[in-house]
Amino acid sequence: MKIDRRCFLSLAIGAGAGIALSPLPWKLTDDLAIWTQNWQWTPVPKRGAAKTVNSVCTLCPGGCGISVRKIDDRAVKIEGMETHPVNRGGICTLGLCGLQLLYGPTRVKGPLKRVADRGKGQWMPITWDQAIREVTEKLSAIRKSGRPQSVATMSGASSATLDALLDRFGQAYGTPNTIRFPSVDDAYHLSVSLMSGGKARVAFDFEHAGYVLSFGAGLLDGWGSPVRMFKANALWKQSGVKLVQVEPRLSRTAAKADTWISIVPGSETALALAMAHVIISESLYQAEFVESCSEGMEGFKEFVAAKYTPDIAAKMTGVDAATITMLAREFAKSKRPIAVCGRGQGTIPGSMDMFMATQVLNALVGNLNQPGGVWFVTDQTMQEWPEVEPDAAAKAGLAYPRLDGAKGMVPLKRSLPNQFVQAVASGKDYPIEALLVIESNPLYTLNDTALVKQAFSKIPFIVSFSSFMDDTAAYADMILPNPVYLERMEDVIGASGFPYPTIGLSQPVVKPQCNTRHVGDVLIQLAKGLGDTMARAFAWKDFSACLEASLGDRFKTLKKSVFQVDKSYQPPAPNEIFASERFSFIPRGIQADVAFKPIAAEGDTGGYPLMLMAYDTMRLSNGYIGNPPFLTKILEDTVLKNQDCLIEINPKSAKAAGLDEGDRAEIQTPKGKALVRIHLDDGIMPGIVAIPRGLGHEAYDVYLAGKGINVNSLVGSLSDPISGFEAAWGIRAKLSKA
Amino acid sequence: MSEHEHMEVSAAHSPRNNLKDGSGGMVFLFFLIGLAASLIVGWVIFPKLLYSQKRQPVDFNHVLHNGLVSDGCTSCHFFRDDGTFSGAPTLAQCVDCHSDVQGESDEEKRFVEEYVKKEIEVPWLSYARQPNCVFFSHAAHVKIAQMDCVTCHGATGESEHLRPYEYNRITGYSRDIWGHNIAGIKHNTWDRMKMDDCAECHQQKQSMLGSVQTQKEGCFVCHK
Repeated sequence: MKIDRRCFLSLAIGAGAGIALSPLPWKLTDDLAIWTQNWQWTPVPKRGAAKTVNSVCTLCPGGCGISVRKIDDRAVKIEGMETHPVNRGGICTLGLCGLQLLYGPTRVKGPLKRVADRGKGQWMPITWDQAIREVTEKLSAIRKSGRPQSVATMSGASSATLDALLDRFGQAYGTPNTIRFPSVDDAYHLSVSLMSGGKARVAFDFEHAGYVLSFGAGLLDGWGSPVRMFKANALWKQSGVKLVQVEPRLSRTAAKADTWISIVPGSETALALAMAHVIISESLYQAEFVESCSEGMEGFKEFVAAKYTPDIAAKMTGVDAATITMLAREFAKSKRPIAVCGRGQGTIPGSMDMFMATQVLNALVGNLNQPGGVWFVTDQTMQEWPEVEPDAAAKAGLAYPRLDGAKGMVPLKRSLPNQFVQAVASGKDYPIEALLVIESNPLYTLNDTALVKQAFSKIPFIVSFSSFMDDTAAYADMILPNPVYLERMEDVIGASGFPYPTIGLSQPVVKPQCNTRHVGDVLIQLAKGLGDTMARAFAWKDFSACLEASLGDRFKTLKKSVFQVDKSYQPPAPNEIFASERFSFIPRGIQADVAFKPIAAEGDTGGYPLMLMAYDTMRLSNGYIGNPPFLTKILEDTVLKNQDCLIEINPKSAKAAGLDEGDRAEIQTPKGKALVRIHLDDGIMPGIVAIPRGLGHEAYDVYLAGKGINVNSLVGSLSDPISGFEAAWGIRAKLSKA
Repeated sequence: MSEHEHMEVSAAHSPRNNLKDGSGGMVFLFFLIGLAASLIVGWVIFPKLLYSQKRQPVDFNHVLHNGLVSDGCTSCHFFRDDGTFSGAPTLAQCVDCHSDVQGESDEEKRFVEEYVKKEIEVPWLSYARQPNCVFFSHAAHVKIAQMDCVTCHGATGESEHLRPYEYNRITGYSRDIWGHNIAGIKHNTWDRMKMDDCAECHQQKQSMLGSVQTQKEGCFVCHK
């Protein structure tokens, strides 16, 4: 007997048979199958008790109500609040993605202090005590040296109380430079002041309108409350209400409109005035309103007859005279027609000529403060706080002019961040030594970002209160992170475009996830640290006490109900609101030529044959809030492909420049240049190119940084001659193959 | 047994092979060795390698607590107002009685000091948790089908100590799902909780084949 090869073969066969007769292969197969179906690294929300917390979304000025579903302490889903009158249960794409802002990787986890050169991204975590001590010392030193005016704040906060608190901080500290970021709402507000002498939020009763004429307003591209507008559009479609979109580009709104009027950008005012001319000359206007509630009609009539007949306007707008006449007749003969303007989502206020021309149309058809018309809404007001008693240092600082040049033209709180930045960059008047940036990202959102950076580089001390490592926070000296909107309590007064007075109190849905403090609390602590009159002006325990002081009895009820809306609100009758001052077709004290003068785009037509416009889309958040990853995921690859931004161009213009779909090209404007890819689109007027707002961040995380280009860096800033508001709607540009 | 003796025995049993080259017995022996060794690996060593054990954070006495509560299992493993099942109790429930040490037990003392005083949730290990891909509603089974806890969970309520939690190293799931018998043989309804076991009962109860919500049967009843 000997052991040979066959023995080992036999051993192997025996082993094989044994394994087959054991549970091993079957069990392993089963386990591997289960393993592949349930990757253990896939995040699965924890189990626990389900709870719903209602709050108000403050990601945009739309003012929607949200219902956040929680499992134990973790928020797992954001939905629209069923009972909220603005969005009635609906939610927009950005609102849905809010959890990624709460739990995402781009949050600033605690106070940070810069250690290397600015913008290098090297930070040292510090304690809140140290952070507040250092900022207090800095502010105290500046104030003691007699230059309180050289401290500025820039805020995009949605909270009315926080807004008031920042103003109060400026008052008590002694700086006039409290800058807010204005929007289309401010431009509307100003148009009411200039033409009707009133002070009111302008809103639109879209749900009852009979005809909607939009001059470039992205009604279905994220304007006002996007959810409300989608629902209004559904109503219009059901009841046959006509939507006319006037815009050089086939936006989503234009695509869903009944009529799309493609127009030379910047000439919308001419179209509106030519329509006004037709309405007046054919006596299609509402005689009763015009006679009893308005003035200046004769002068206006002469003005448009001389300068804005349909034939003249046809040359300016590219819309033929017959269409203009037809549009004017249709508008004036419709029941409850509304004219609305404001480019895209209305995050940039725009030039006043457009707003005033729009209001002229609304007044001609007598649809101001009428059901289904344009309403002047008076929102609830905050309770008065005790007066600030500025000390001598504060008085001296407040005597300086605001660097942005905004002053009491109208009874309005006006801020001009664009002009502020220009003043700082040019070193006009006096320097800024410290800047507090709240809920805003000026280094990204303001036009001409190179100039903004130049201005910021002259400011020795920048404190960002951002919750995220955004472009401005990354360039700051210190970051004192604010909780995100789902972690804090704030009041929201009014909802953009919504015709009823509303007041909301956003609720902390979850406990703060990071080592954050509310900017209101920090301001109070800073004031207490600065002592004397500052401490007296900020006697509240914390921001919550401050909210209670401004909301009074409403504070407790709002904590439970989240919002209050006055659905019984009726806009004042025309003769009531204009009892003291009538609607003036030409704003008082302003020449018609000046009032209705469109803003020309920067750059010469010779060197720059094309016109670059920025556009807004629902799939890109373009303000302080950076685009959450889910939202970037649903961007079409005709907008963003890998890291490349696609620029929309008409095939004719592309052909003239020798470019084809997908080609790499360089776009150059007087303000800068960038590499893009070409996307041919028949929906854009020849001679115009368009880039979306919201791409091209330098900071944030891998999901957003370096994707596409920031169109704001290519567009320069133009101030409106009347309001001073940012009025640039585009810039001349040229494209070359790269 | 020496090699020599072995060869003789084999030779005696297989004379014909022996006539040829005398290695036939050896071949068979090696077959048996291979077979026996792999059976031992498959039935004894493999299960030991496949499963790991953890101790529960606190040794809970079900018998003791069952004697003190009025509602049986549902006193602690209750249904929430929205109909969802609470599962293992949270600290908030325990604190109702154990804000301070109640009895003589060292384990209770440790529980109060390590969890109650520090307000740390007890990380209970759940024996009966189904994989994440399975949708299971306690309410449908307990409230609508009136099933008893014991049917699926056995006599857990009669245990004085918590047995070690065994889990599969590959899938990460509790051993109770496959069952403690590695061959998958079961004697009681609560011995296994695989898909077949769900199906077995659902097949018998023809009227309850489908989903409570949709009244439809098929994969999506449990795999949403």
